[in-house]
Amino acid sequence: MDKRVLLVEDEPNILEAIRFILSRDGWTVLTHSDGTTAVEAVARAAPDVLVLDVMLPGRSGFDILRSLRADGTSAKLPILVLTAKGQDRDRAMAEEAGATRFMTKPFANAEILQSLSDLYAGAQG
Amino acid sequence: MPFNLLLAIALVYVAALFLIAFLADRRAQRGQGRWLSSPLVYTLSLSVYCTAWTFYGAVGYAARSGLEYLTIYLGPTLVFAGWWLILRKLVRVGRTQRITSIADLISSRYGKSTLLGVMVTLLAVLGTTPYIALQLQSVALSLGVFALPGTTGWVAADPTATGLWVAAGLAAFTILFGTRNLDANERHPGVVMAIAVEAVVKLVALIALGIFVVWGIGGGLSQTLARIDAAAHPGWELAGGRWAGLTFTSAAAILCLPRMFQVMVVENADEAHLAIAGWAFPLYLMLISLFVLPIAAMGLERLPDGANPDLFVLTLPLAEGQGALATLAFLGGFSSATSMVIVAAIALSTMVSNHIVMPLYLARRPAGATMSGDVRAAVLRARRLSIAGVLLLGYLYYRMSGGSEALASIGLISFVGVAQVLPALMGGLFWRGATRTGAAAGLGIGFAVWVYALFLPSFGPEGLISAGVLADGPAGLHWLRPQALFGIVGLDPVIHALVWSMLLNVGVFCVVSLASFPSPLERLQGAQMVNVFERTLGARGWSHGSAEAEDLLTMAQRILGPSEARALFAEEARSQGKADGLPDTTPEFLGRLERELSGSVGAATAHAMVAQITGSAAVQVEDLLRVADEAQQIMEYSSRLEAQSDELRRTAKALRESNAKLTAISAQKDAFLSQISHELRTPMTSIRAFSEILRDHGLTVGERERYAGIVHDEAIRLTRLLDDLLDLSVLENAQVSLNLAEVRLVDLIDRAVDAASAVPGATRVEVRRDRDAEAVSLVTDADRLTQVFINLIGNAYKYCDAASPVLSVEVVADAETIRADVIDNGPGIPPGARDIVFEKFSRLGEPGAAGGAGLGLAICREIAHRLGGRIAYLPEREGGAFRVMLPRGLTRPNDDAAGGGRAVSGAR
Repeated sequence: MDKRVLLVEDEPNILEAIRFILSRDGWTVLTHSDGTTAVEAVARAAPDVLVLDVMLPGRSGFDILRSLRADGTSAKLPILVLTAKGQDRDRAMAEEAGATRFMTKPFANAEILQSLSDLYAGAQG
Repeated sequence: MPFNLLLAIALVYVAALFLIAFLADRRAQRGQGRWLSSPLVYTLSLSVYCTAWTFYGAVGYAARSGLEYLTIYLGPTLVFAGWWLILRKLVRVGRTQRITSIADLISSRYGKSTLLGVMVTLLAVLGTTPYIALQLQSVALSLGVFALPGTTGWVAADPTATGLWVAAGLAAFTILFGTRNLDANERHPGVVMAIAVEAVVKLVALIALGIFVVWGIGGGLSQTLARIDAAAHPGWELAGGRWAGLTFTSAAAILCLPRMFQVMVVENADEAHLAIAGWAFPLYLMLISLFVLPIAAMGLERLPDGANPDLFVLTLPLAEGQGALATLAFLGGFSSATSMVIVAAIALSTMVSNHIVMPLYLARRPAGATMSGDVRAAVLRARRLSIAGVLLLGYLYYRMSGGSEALASIGLISFVGVAQVLPALMGGLFWRGATRTGAAAGLGIGFAVWVYALFLPSFGPEGLISAGVLADGPAGLHWLRPQALFGIVGLDPVIHALVWSMLLNVGVFCVVSLASFPSPLERLQGAQMVNVFERTLGARGWSHGSAEAEDLLTMAQRILGPSEARALFAEEARSQGKADGLPDTTPEFLGRLERELSGSVGAATAHAMVAQITGSAAVQVEDLLRVADEAQQIMEYSSRLEAQSDELRRTAKALRESNAKLTAISAQKDAFLSQISHELRTPMTSIRAFSEILRDHGLTVGERERYAGIVHDEAIRLTRLLDDLLDLSVLENAQVSLNLAEVRLVDLIDRAVDAASAVPGATRVEVRRDRDAEAVSLVTDADRLTQVFINLIGNAYKYCDAASPVLSVEVVADAETIRADVIDNGPGIPPGARDIVFEKFSRLGEPGAAGGAGLGLAICREIAHRLGGRIAYLPEREGGAFRVMLPRGLTRPNDDAAGGGRAVSGAR
């Protein structure tokens, strides 16, 4: 079965690392690195799971998250929020904005794989 | 009758008057003797109108002109019979406004006009001086009659000496009893009592003589009437115009004469006395004039031709051998003369000292020294000097004129003179449209006409005005002949002067009043005087009723607050022994209330408020002005407060700005930590992720190399970031050591441009430099300064997004400093961010896009500061523009703190 994940992340090296890990795990990986057009990219890609960075050029990840949750089609989309800031405040903001899961950079590769499969299983189940 | 005995009697009489005045004063001071201010005394004191002119002169007048002398009484009789019309208002205004003289009244009415006060005072002095002279002359004349008993004419041993003695004695009496105190109400009970006694003496003397003439030697009433008929001669013909004119003059005079104003208004203790005086004074005048014609007729019949009819009152009894009667008549005449002089001197001295001496005295004193004790002393001194001056003036006039004129004509001249005040007075009391300018103009022209047409000619041809001018007018101007103005001839000189002066006076007064605008104070005073009854009607009365206390309570509640006011009144009521209800409005309570109120509204306002309710004294202009002063002070105070609150507002604004700045910096500090976290975690994320990939996955050689390379690059990025942070930390804590050396700026900029060329986008940008301008040398730390230029040039490379980007380096140097501007043609810093552009992590735009952590400009600022200079953004230049200012000869690093603190102070 085709598991589609969309990575919205502006740091090219991080993007490449995550893409490598998820591809090896059998995910179909789509990427996007701009904040302003992220909502349209999500609609176009129609992923099973979304991985969203917070510090994006043009528009913050929290803001994108709120727009997605307000939009009917993406309201139920499992979203993993990644941030390098990692303060409690950021976690609270992410949950408030509608993140399904929150993860601080840097992370263990196994951790992100586990999270995504949990999210995917939750969404399918 | 021996002359010495007469002198002794006169002296005893004078001593008795002194004693009466003294006792009356003392009783009044002790608050005893209500009869002192009875209507009878008031009415009798009004008889100062009847001077020696009336006493001696009326008989002479009657002998010359028959019944015409009655006009002198007719005017006052009409005025008093109609007291309700004019006198009531005059007295009310005088009392409520605490007017001290006719000059004060006119001055007050027309807005406290100094000019009018002076004019009326001068007019009064000029009009009264001959009159005083007349009194002195009458005393000297009458003494002369006795000096050579049996003679029917006037042959005096030394009449001028007599005049001097009389003047000096009167001055002493007036000073003694007229300036004992400076009461607010300016009343003189002692003087008034003495005047009243003298009034009785004159009346008794004339009536006794009349009875003697009619029934003693005249053989009864019918024979007397026959004798009067026989005595009639052409001069006795009645002339209607003259009668009307003289009646008008005497009516005007009783209203305007300074001495009449003194006794009628100033010495009035109770307005109700007017109602009695309204009939009693005409009665007195009737009685005193009753026997004038019989005495005149008898004198003409019995005494030889050429006998002075002005002295019939004395010479007739003397000729009949009635020494005692003659002595009584002498005392009557003496009383008439002295009472007039005393009251006139008091009235004039009040005017002269209040309107001429004191203004001059006060004007010469430094401001602010008024109202101290020595001013009271100065006022008293001015009064006393004025009294002496007035009497001296009268005496000098008497010496100069030498008794040339008949008594009656001097009196009439005076009357016409003081009558000039009438239009301003009546206009002031009854016409709100009357203005100061109008009053001054009318008074001025009336005064001038009187002087020119009557006063100067009265000294006779070749007196003060030459016969030529009298006959042909000045400079041959016929229509300006003093006694035939505008070609009107054939009129009696007095009537002529009266008609012209009054016509012009009234006309000019009205026209100028209509054409001019009153000042606010004038309008206020005008309204107060014209509407004096509307204001005080109902509030009058001496009953301290509960209504008054209620009004006071209402007012006090408004000012002190309801509970405090009620407590004050209740406490007062208890202390007055009242179980409940309102306290009596005793003077003590009013004083206390005033003090309480003055704490809130100021003394003047408190006084005015209490006075208005109690009606004890109406609000005076001075009170109102003091109220205005208080208001002024309050306004000044509040404007000071306003200034203070302006200051506070400014301070608050500065504090708000500082606070905003601090909040921004504090938020920046939070953001700084957050940023550091982000900047450190981002490369670490890549490093960790790829190192796990390298460890856990089977990879191709190409992948392995690539991922190891990424780990390496990110480790370097991490190191650079840590270097920057450490650098900034060292710079901020002044731990930096500088390598000072003399370098050329152009070399540094060359190095900086080289180093910055590694920045992405560097090749697009055209760099414009002026190497000649840059070829200046300075002592500084070359590496640090180069770091600054690398940053600035690198920023320009990164952020300048113009179509054809241009970077200019502009250097200006003088002996002390170097100014280097680094300017690009990009968008520059947005206005809101200019203040924080030098703060840490204030990188604008997207994170990561420019490749730095946002510490560059913060480091530049610290370096510039350590190098003894500073760096600034130039908002007025288009594009991104930074200026570096540096000293050319740095000797040691600047250790002062830089950074946040400076940013706050820079906000101002």
